[in-house]
Amino acid sequence: MEYVSPEGLRLDGRRPMEMRQIRAEIGAVSKADGSAIFEMGNTKVIAAVYGPREVQNRNQQISSHALVRCEYSMANFSTGDRMRKPKGDRRSTEISLVIRQTMEACILTHLLPRSQIDIYVQVLQADGGTRSACINAATLALADAGIPMRDLVTSCSAGYLNSTPLLDLNYVEDSAGGPDVTLGILPKLDKVTLLQMDSKLPIDILENVMQLAIEGCKAIANYIREVLLENTKQLEYRRGV
Amino acid sequence: MEQRLANTWRMPLNDNKFIETALLSDLRVDGRRPSDYRKLTIKLAKQDGSAEVHLGQTHVITFVTAQLVRPYRDRPNEGSLSIFTEFSLMADPSFEPGRPTDAAVELGRVVDRGLRESRAIDTESLCVLSGKLVWAIRVDIHILDNAGNLVDAANIAALVSLLTFRRPECSLTGEDGQDVVVHPPEERDPIPLIIHHLPIAVTFGFFSNENLLVIDPTHHEECVMTGRMTATLNSNGDVCAIQKPGGESVSQSVIMHCLKLAHVKATDITTKIKDAVEIHNNERMLRKIKRHSSSAAVDVCGATAGFGGKQNPLDGDDLECRATPSGQQHSKDGASKNFTGGPSSWYDTS
Repeated sequence: MEYVSPEGLRLDGRRPMEMRQIRAEIGAVSKADGSAIFEMGNTKVIAAVYGPREVQNRNQQISSHALVRCEYSMANFSTGDRMRKPKGDRRSTEISLVIRQTMEACILTHLLPRSQIDIYVQVLQADGGTRSACINAATLALADAGIPMRDLVTSCSAGYLNSTPLLDLNYVEDSAGGPDVTLGILPKLDKVTLLQMDSKLPIDILENVMQLAIEGCKAIANYIREVLLENTKQLEYRRGV
Repeated sequence: MEQRLANTWRMPLNDNKFIETALLSDLRVDGRRPSDYRKLTIKLAKQDGSAEVHLGQTHVITFVTAQLVRPYRDRPNEGSLSIFTEFSLMADPSFEPGRPTDAAVELGRVVDRGLRESRAIDTESLCVLSGKLVWAIRVDIHILDNAGNLVDAANIAALVSLLTFRRPECSLTGEDGQDVVVHPPEERDPIPLIIHHLPIAVTFGFFSNENLLVIDPTHHEECVMTGRMTATLNSNGDVCAIQKPGGESVSQSVIMHCLKLAHVKATDITTKIKDAVEIHNNERMLRKIKRHSSSAAVDVCGATAGFGGKQNPLDGDDLECRATPSGQQHSKDGASKNFTGGPSSWYDTS
């Protein structure tokens, strides 16, 4: 199948190095300490953060730093064919673990000893790149909850189809079976914290694809920063400072 | 890895500091240099499709079995490969009965991704009757001792067992060619799987000090390190999977350096695996010659003739009679049937 036309356009009309439209909204869940909705094209996820709060299960308490928990789930209506998957299948367990460890690395957990932070992410619409969207939403929600962080982690995916590196794969491109690289970076430090890759790719091409994904992450980081700044201005205005 | 479970062994702070300080001068607690791999031993049983791998003290056993099943609707002419992990409770105090831990799930997923998504195993050749019957290959990974770096050991063990696995030959008969006959191994020689390339997982450990990097971390180092990356490569230099689930952040140049290192290690390990499999195959060939040398052998093998098509053909008895030299056939006949030792007997109960 042809994923990049001779004119250099992808199936959904984007250029190879173009990202889908992104949109973020802060404060989607009223009861949560921090929450956000993040959209990348047709992918839509919602994230809620509770905490820092008292540790629920006492024997899990850590005296030197905070306990971070994460739960990833996909709504039954999020995919094309409605499947009733058992809760906690292997894929979502792994994604929960990956999101937890990524967020744990950027939260300053040593400032919040003997406390617990819960991150809940749910996919409302899945159209490729759900993992990245979840991490971006979780970052926004953590920032909204006012949890101290080293940097804003942002994530973006990239692939390689028809010998062209493609940024931000959608579902059709993702299920083509080609290489798929999901990257999470700390943009200020310019360091990679999350890296997952599938399928087969020579080392030198992987470097290019990774570079492309890093550029995507940085673009998302700029957008997220703007959204947060806008949100803070709103709050400031409402307080009448 | 999981430092929060109640039963996890906690590293004393002194040991913690010791390992990190020693690493600053390129020393590791077990005497290796930072880019050395531990000693890898591959043991193959007489039986096809099982392997035992020791990576230092880490001990992993894998078994491969096959079954004829109906294919997935969206892929009518492809067989399937699935990986199951079993963490023995004696291997580590943090392994608990009941639901698999996150680490166990991740291990399965990393091995699975490396083997399946890179299409190392040819699944189309596992099709018997399009849309009706395909072979489902199941790899069971048993962790018997955890001394660190389970992913690499499990990956190597899974590969070796897949390389030595043989499935019974099938043919189609009947008027419309829709009846499947599974030939027992003594009738037609079982055929090996088609494996295109060998994806080898190599794990790296990162520490809070940026300049430190270790390959193949031990259990102690795993307690100290703050980041982990598993790169799965084949000897051609193709990256088949990477898993760096959060943790310590590193720059892109470090990742590229790791991938190059991993390529060198993957090439070494590939040679080791190939040698081990070749020795196994040679032994197998020699056994086969003995089997057909006298008519008595057919007589003894007749004892297992009532074997069902969908069952696993590699029966304990059957294997014994192949392995017995023909000269001693009659005298050993009774003994071979009561044979209970060796890996083949635990295969049946597993």
